[in-house]
Amino acid sequence: MMRSPLRTVLLACGAVGVGVLAWAGFTPIETRTGADREELFEIPRGTWARRMKGEDLGILPDEIRLTLGIRDMLVLRNLDEVPQIFGPTLMMPGQSFRLPFEQAAEYQFACSAHASGQMRVIVYPYPATPWARIMWRARRL
Amino acid sequence: MNARTVRSFLLTLAALVAGPAASAPALKAGVFEPPRAAPQFSLQSSSGGKLELHSYRGKVVILGFGFTWCTDVCPVTLATLAQARRKLGAAADEVQVVYITVDPARDNPARMKEYLHAFDPTFIGGTGGADELAAVRKDYGIVAEKHVKGSSYSVAHSSFIYLIDRRGQLRALMPYGRGPDDYVHDLQILLAE
Repeated sequence: MMRSPLRTVLLACGAVGVGVLAWAGFTPIETRTGADREELFEIPRGTWARRMKGEDLGILPDEIRLTLGIRDMLVLRNLDEVPQIFGPTLMMPGQSFRLPFEQAAEYQFACSAHASGQMRVIVYPYPATPWARIMWRARRL
Repeated sequence: MNARTVRSFLLTLAALVAGPAASAPALKAGVFEPPRAAPQFSLQSSSGGKLELHSYRGKVVILGFGFTWCTDVCPVTLATLAQARRKLGAAADEVQVVYITVDPARDNPARMKEYLHAFDPTFIGGTGGADELAAVRKDYGIVAEKHVKGSSYSVAHSSFIYLIDRRGQLRALMPYGRGPDDYVHDLQILLAE
């Protein structure tokens, strides 16, 4: 009995899908060290001047997502010529702020750079199970 | 190659190899790089007289902002700081908690003293005129907004805590919610410097 072309295509797609899920779920995710764990946001030089001219510059997203063991260090850097409220705090020109996270949770910071006045950092646990690895990879798409 | 050259080469090699490991231990708090001098202030102290930051040079200062009518953030933070000081033991004598009000209309020195002593009698509060306090908040990037609720009001304010080292450098910022062990960890590092 001959298979219909449609059925063959569906079976092939299903096999590929199962393969992708198996890869996403069972391929380990390597923990990182040092600078590889940093999620960096920078205020570029000239930002203050551009804001003074009326430009609406969004530098920090309302929500930052980190993952323990992979990318769990928030780094903010002020490259502008003037002090800036950046993230939760006042930063001098050329100054960096490096905040490590060790617990998966949702963190709220007051941040005057946002219209809401809040910056949210969501820290996910290290993806140790197949399902968590699939979800982690899906979030990166 | 003489002995001096060999020794110099070995020392350089050792420094290169040991470099990362020999660097300062990491704090649990967020750190400023490079650190800057903590802005000075002169306010009314809850213990009488003036509250001046430079007078605590030589101690590690834990600096927070809040108000005595706060029902959520401040009691939790102050209880955490009190617990951290207890865990430090004798080293706690080298640590000074300074809490500056964001609500000068209600927080006079006597009120702050009574409130802070309930957590730890060594805690010092700072209050002053609205403009003076606004200037201090600006220097430290502190946000404080009054929210009227019927006949009363509350003040939404930045909830993090600054850590200032013995030399008066603004070194780190501990986000709200960290436990006493995180404070103890960082204070021990700063005290050892």
